[in-house]
Amino acid sequence: MPSLTLVQAINDALRAEMRRDKNVVILGEDVGKVGGVFRVTDGLYEEFGADRVMDTPLAEAGIIGAAIGMALYGLKPVPEIQFLDFIYPAYDQIVSELAKFRYRSGGQYSCPLVIRSPYGGGIKGGGYHSQSSEAYFAHTPGLKVVIPSGPYDAKGLLISAIRDDDPVLFLEPKRVYRAFREEVPEGEYVIPIGKAKISVPGDDLTLIGYGAMMQECLAAQKEAAAKGISVEVLDLRSILPFDKEALLNSVSKTGRAVIVHEAPKTSGFGAEISATIAEEAVEYLRAPIVRVAGFDTPFPYTLEGEYMPSVARILEAIERVASF
Amino acid sequence: MIQILKNDGTLKNKMSPEMSPAVLLDLYRWISFLRTLDTRMMNLQRQGRIGFYGVCTGEEAAVVGSGFTLKPEDWIYPALRQGGVALMRGMPLTTYLAQVYGNSLDVQKGRQMPCHYGYKPANFVAWSSCIGTQLPHAVGTAWAAKIKKDPIVVMAYLGDGATSEGDFHVAMNFAGVKKAPVIFFCQNNQWAISVPLSGQTASENIAVKATAYGFEGVQVDGNDILAVTQVTQMAVEKARKGGGPTLIEAVTYRMGSHSSSDDPTRYRDSKEVEEWQRRDPIKRFRSYLDSLGLWNEQKEATLKEKFDEEISQAIKIVEAAPPPLRESLFEDVYAGLSPRLAEQAADLNRISESSH
Repeated sequence: MPSLTLVQAINDALRAEMRRDKNVVILGEDVGKVGGVFRVTDGLYEEFGADRVMDTPLAEAGIIGAAIGMALYGLKPVPEIQFLDFIYPAYDQIVSELAKFRYRSGGQYSCPLVIRSPYGGGIKGGGYHSQSSEAYFAHTPGLKVVIPSGPYDAKGLLISAIRDDDPVLFLEPKRVYRAFREEVPEGEYVIPIGKAKISVPGDDLTLIGYGAMMQECLAAQKEAAAKGISVEVLDLRSILPFDKEALLNSVSKTGRAVIVHEAPKTSGFGAEISATIAEEAVEYLRAPIVRVAGFDTPFPYTLEGEYMPSVARILEAIERVASF
Repeated sequence: MIQILKNDGTLKNKMSPEMSPAVLLDLYRWISFLRTLDTRMMNLQRQGRIGFYGVCTGEEAAVVGSGFTLKPEDWIYPALRQGGVALMRGMPLTTYLAQVYGNSLDVQKGRQMPCHYGYKPANFVAWSSCIGTQLPHAVGTAWAAKIKKDPIVVMAYLGDGATSEGDFHVAMNFAGVKKAPVIFFCQNNQWAISVPLSGQTASENIAVKATAYGFEGVQVDGNDILAVTQVTQMAVEKARKGGGPTLIEAVTYRMGSHSSSDDPTRYRDSKEVEEWQRRDPIKRFRSYLDSLGLWNEQKEATLKEKFDEEISQAIKIVEAAPPPLRESLFEDVYAGLSPRLAEQAADLNRISESSH
């Protein structure tokens, strides 16, 4: 089985789906000959040609707006937004149009498509190449938001997203694009959207995260284990929908929850997780729910290491909650 | 500005190609029908029987003339005042009315405010209330058709206000670059609610904006149904042959309020309205048909009576329908009902049942 990086696994998924279904097309800025600024679409222009891997003018609202019109007509577009930080000109198209087409037309029209976008910090990208703004989108009925943490999941989830009947925002943790490799099967396989994964089983506390932060979560789990705290690590894999069943099962077992994301704390997706636990599993809790998140500041350049949740901050929260 | 009929209904220029009497009468029936329908709908609104309505009064020639030139396989992305095009393309009148009533006969299940028609059999795509957002969709559909080598064209409607939106720029630019088979049909009715055209743009007109995007812009008298039909026909043929997009500016006037919720006496001079009344598209076309001997008072009276009867019948059917089922609230958010939505539906049901 090939050992692939996250970038290679996503490229592999795109290639497999484009070979399977001629309606799958890619559009975006620099996705063609150059293969994307992160080389995610590398080689696809050469294999599938300019009618299926399309460079567009530099306008995010146009990329998503046109992709909507293509999807309505029966193509299966996979538009790329170069950095999640640049998606806001298309926010109206995503929130007002893409997510609501099926509903507002009474089910007559739908626009299944997958928006791929690298997100998150830790690459020295400053305030506009680092944001983690998934919560804005997770508040949008009609949309799905998928955030893989590694190569194996990324390929299976992306294939699922492309085959989904509804629009999906597929956020790629760019900090780990080339950070590590995993065994990734050749050809097609799918991982269902909305199912979390227990990355490491444990008994004392549930550590909940997604995307790039899973690396910090796993490191914190190891350090906690060394201190005698058995942490169960839950990788949500998608936040809209999120796997409530897996969440509540784990927290009812451990009685303790720490939630990690690099997005700002206030109204971040951790609030939804926390509220769900409080609403439906409060009787199992032995300690307050704690969130470890980015601070409520814009994303900084020089001090990004201070801003991002670190293993030390996660470990501190684990110890505090475990000893409550 | 291209014109065929002068304000008094006499010919200024020859039509090319000529239209048969049957086609002329068909056009006349449609513009008359829309005038009658809008009048009846506004009455329903004033009586409190429907919540909201936006007429196309004064703009019927632009709506009917542009819609008339399209084939069934072509696609339409409408704005607020093009419901008439859906009717021309076979949407039943009861379906039109049911959308306005938002009841169980509405194919959109009562999800949208009145005048937001969407009807798939007519390739008439439901629009949101957001201004200009449909324009990039139209370009995407046209671009997709080009990729698939389907010989269709896409008609994207907009008002003068929409030309200020970013999505207008984005759509025009993409259409030009990709040479997409799309027609941007701007019904310039001079007013975006209370803001006149001079408050939207410093351009000498709207058609000229196309030049900057590398394609043709045409200004046409929007109250002249023959000119609108001819200009649109040319743009449609050009797009179908691979000649790319056209921006058509149909110069017309919003005779009524923006919608049933608006009072234009607060912001515009009645003299301006009176001036435009003299250019009324229906009176003008009627004079022309009279001069050809194709129409007369008796035919007019018979037609109006038929329209009124048809509309009354449809209202009767639609008003009798109950609201959409409560469960339908949760349908069509996604292709299937998500577990979270299923829970919320069950909650609503439980509480509604127990409070009865």
